[in-house]
Amino acid sequence: MGSIFSRILGRLWGDKEVRILILGLDGAGKTTILYRLQVGEVVTTIPTIGFNVETVQYKNIKFQVWDLGGQTSIRPYWRCYYANTDAVIYVVDSVDRDRVSTAKEELMAMLEEDELKDASLLVFANKQDMAGAMTAAEVSDALGLSTLMNRQWSIYKTSAVKGEGLTDGLDWLINILQK
Amino acid sequence: MATSLLLTIGRIGYHHYFDKTTVLQEARVFNESPINARKCRALLTKILYLISLGETFGTTEATELFFSVTKLFQSKDSALRQMVYLVIKELSTVAEDVIMVTSSLMKDMQPTSEVMYRANAIRVLRKITDASMLQGLERFLKAAIVDKNAKVSSAALVSSYHLYGIAREVVKRWANEAQEAINAKPQSAVSAATSYVTSFGGSAPQTYTAVSNSNIVQYHALGLLYAIRQKDRMAVSKLVQNYAAKSGMSGSVLRSPFAQCLLVRYACKVMEEDPSSTRAVYELLEGWLRHKSEMVNLEAAKAICEIKDATAKELFPAVTTLQNFLSSGKPSIKFAAIRALNKLAMTQPAAVAPCNIDMENMITDQNRSISTFAITTLLKTGNEASVERLMKQISGFMSEITDESKVLVVEAVGSLCIKFPAKHHVMLSFLSGALRDDGGYDFKRAVVEAIFNFVKYIPESKEAALSHLCEIIEDCEYSKLSVKILHLLGVEGPKCPQPTKYIRYIYNRVILENAVVRGAAVSALAKFGVNVEDEAVKQSVKVLLSRCLDDADDEVRDRATMYLNVINTGDEKGYVKDDSTYALAYLERQLLTYVSNPEMAETPFDLSAIPKISRQDEQERGTQELGGALPSLGGRSNTPPHSGSASNGAGSRPAISSAPSLDQQALYAQKLAEVPEFASFGPLFKSTAKPVELTESETEYAVSCVKHVFSHHVVFQFNIKNTLNDSVLEDVNVLMTPDNDDVSLVEKVLIPAPQLVYDVPGVAYVAYERTVLDDYPECTFTNELKFIVKDCDPQTGEPDEEGFEDDYQVEEVSLAIADFVLPSYIPSFNKAWEELGDENEVVETLALTSSPGLQEACRDLIALLGMQALENTGNVQGSNVHTMILSGIFIGGVRVLARCRMTYDSSTGVTLQLGIRSANAEVSQVMIGAIA
Repeated sequence: MGSIFSRILGRLWGDKEVRILILGLDGAGKTTILYRLQVGEVVTTIPTIGFNVETVQYKNIKFQVWDLGGQTSIRPYWRCYYANTDAVIYVVDSVDRDRVSTAKEELMAMLEEDELKDASLLVFANKQDMAGAMTAAEVSDALGLSTLMNRQWSIYKTSAVKGEGLTDGLDWLINILQK
Repeated sequence: MATSLLLTIGRIGYHHYFDKTTVLQEARVFNESPINARKCRALLTKILYLISLGETFGTTEATELFFSVTKLFQSKDSALRQMVYLVIKELSTVAEDVIMVTSSLMKDMQPTSEVMYRANAIRVLRKITDASMLQGLERFLKAAIVDKNAKVSSAALVSSYHLYGIAREVVKRWANEAQEAINAKPQSAVSAATSYVTSFGGSAPQTYTAVSNSNIVQYHALGLLYAIRQKDRMAVSKLVQNYAAKSGMSGSVLRSPFAQCLLVRYACKVMEEDPSSTRAVYELLEGWLRHKSEMVNLEAAKAICEIKDATAKELFPAVTTLQNFLSSGKPSIKFAAIRALNKLAMTQPAAVAPCNIDMENMITDQNRSISTFAITTLLKTGNEASVERLMKQISGFMSEITDESKVLVVEAVGSLCIKFPAKHHVMLSFLSGALRDDGGYDFKRAVVEAIFNFVKYIPESKEAALSHLCEIIEDCEYSKLSVKILHLLGVEGPKCPQPTKYIRYIYNRVILENAVVRGAAVSALAKFGVNVEDEAVKQSVKVLLSRCLDDADDEVRDRATMYLNVINTGDEKGYVKDDSTYALAYLERQLLTYVSNPEMAETPFDLSAIPKISRQDEQERGTQELGGALPSLGGRSNTPPHSGSASNGAGSRPAISSAPSLDQQALYAQKLAEVPEFASFGPLFKSTAKPVELTESETEYAVSCVKHVFSHHVVFQFNIKNTLNDSVLEDVNVLMTPDNDDVSLVEKVLIPAPQLVYDVPGVAYVAYERTVLDDYPECTFTNELKFIVKDCDPQTGEPDEEGFEDDYQVEEVSLAIADFVLPSYIPSFNKAWEELGDENEVVETLALTSSPGLQEACRDLIALLGMQALENTGNVQGSNVHTMILSGIFIGGVRVLARCRMTYDSSTGVTLQLGIRSANAEVSQVMIGAIA
């Protein structure tokens, strides 16, 4: 049984890496999530001017993770990296209620893109460790996720600083991508 | 890495042809997943190769390419990453949004990355960053400068050096780190051992091992330190003292010879800026002559040789050092030494003379560059006795050296003839021998010019030189040279005792050559026909010229016909003997304005408005240029023919100072043409020759004024220099107030100098329109500068935000009749005077009370009238009576002639009868008005 499973896996992925983009507004915690996933620690970060790219190994699957800077000036360049993307992890700062509408606009604009029409969407309602954070349901409502058509999506509440919720999200992603 | 790059290119080049389009198409490979590192690297190599060939990418192409390349950051292949860095560096200047790799590069430069990543990332980072982002990078760069690894440290230092240009204030703060990088101990035992060996081994072969990786950091760090401090003279001087003091024989701080060489150069800068330090710096330089590295010795020796006015005693140690290098086993050292000596020999041949024996041995050096320098240096240092021997040796190897070297040798020989006129026969035969060798045009031209110099400067060699030239044209493959020589024969031949012998050579050309040369030959023949007194010769020339009437070429035929007519009618003065020529620079400029201005096309071009100068003037202008070159050829200490010709020139060139330098005027015209407000003024008529100083030399602001006269306008150009290094002037206007309210001038344009920083001259303009065209206003203006002063830091030149208004009074400027007159030469005053007739003549008799003598009176008259003195009448010969004749062109192209008869009597001073003739009575009146 196990050997059959791995054979199917091998056929599905080969040595190809799963290509994932981490997007979201500035200060949402994208870079922290990336390095939490890669080295398992919280690193000090500075605003990303450009991008970070790392390979993350999780459950025998290699993820090639692109963390793109979220500043207004850098968002226009996201589209340069859409091609061949298997999934998008969209990170939202659950405390920043003021800008959640901006987050929604950016998300919707991104999902409109042709190159991303087959990509799955995983939303992280981040910074759950902080007081006053919106719940996953609130974030989902604010982003209007329920209105999405023809899209595999899910939302998880996470705390990159504490390392909570990230693996749950990845597990969902692996599950979806293997189907 | 370089080898791998070359190998890859070799492979590509060998297998298939590629161009930009295919490469851009193939760039898809960068987007593939997973990445094929080998394929990507090959493609990146192709891109670099194309760029190196000069291929350019458009902004869109480059930007797209850049974003594809950024995807390669996911690969961990370090060879690929290296190429990525290189390509981004190249694209960074064209592509947009290159800051997108900032984060990736900052990660790569962290101490946790591989050394190769770190150093390269730093270098790329500086290409894509700007001043605003530098703050964020500062911490990392500072750490990188003092990094233990030399590659990282060097990369950071070099990047800082480049960044200094865009973010002075930030980089300035890194001086301490740079200093630390210099002082850092060599990191590994190996490099420590190397420097140990070199400090005590001291012999030549080991010197280069001192350039271990860790030491080059010092070179880069010292360069950065200097860049930071260069504006501050004291700081530079301290920098030099500091590192020079520590570079004693043991325990020197600067282990890198490159850094030491830099220090030598900075020491020279200190000396340049502060002459009082010459003594101290000389001692340092002298000490460095004994440094363990040859590179440093050479640099120091060169520096000493370049000290202005160094005495023989001061030069001695440097020359000795260079002399030792002459016998070095390394060609590069030998070459550097002989080149330095060659340069020194141009100014101080005596100081180099002790090396003569060594240099003679080098004449046979296998390296022809070395032997050429040796021989040309010897020619400069040698004495009359050794010249002959040297010439023999040179002839031996002339055929073995390249054309460029041959030109050097020929020029050296040419200048030698001026130094040792007695040896002219040896040199002439050498030159004509050289001409028989194969050689390109440049070489042959150099030889011909050298022979021309013989004709010009050494009268006793003239005939021999001319006959050599005759031989040359018998067999010369370059028409240009033949034409040149034929012209010279035409000028000089008729003056020789036996003019007939040249005629044969010249006529041969008419029979054998192409049309261009035939034409030149006909002109030369005509000169014989006109200038030789012997009737028989005249007849023969006529016969020869009439044979040319059947020539196949129009030009040749026309020339022959014209000259025959000239000889037959005896109207020689106007054509063949006409020794005037248009001022060519001026003529060219006027023609240019005429052609580029469609409105003027309706009227024919007015040639009469172009001033003429005598050929003598024209030639003297040429000699002045040559004169500048001569000392460098002949040696400064010993050039009597040159100085002689210069003083002759001054004597036979009366009043040239009053004539505006037309070349200078061409420069002004060019500058004025760049000002759009002046575009409608038409062509420039006259600019005053020398700027009038409106301030004393030691004042805060140095101001001078140049007047430019256009047909309807007058432009005053104020050259202003701010001599205070702690202030910046902005919006500098000149307020001109005429002393006479009803003068027919209206201020039209006022152009301020936008900004005047310390020691950089700026220009402000004021333009007036002449409202009444028949009125030529004479007027004096008082002038005042109005500007905004901002205080600034003398070192950085950064001005304060706030400034305050201020003004500054300068001296007066006046406009006079002379400003509306161009001096112009005419060949025959009397003829022109008669032609104009007395119809519009105005004569007045005046007592010149202000002039104490005739010579002063002449000078004043030339200045007042703005005309050209003719036939050397600007210089007074007699004591009591003198007649000066003058010619000029009044604005609008009216020719004006003046005859000034003067008598001098000690009791009454100078009495002047001034007669002015012109084609226009009013103009004559105006001109008289300039004096009365």
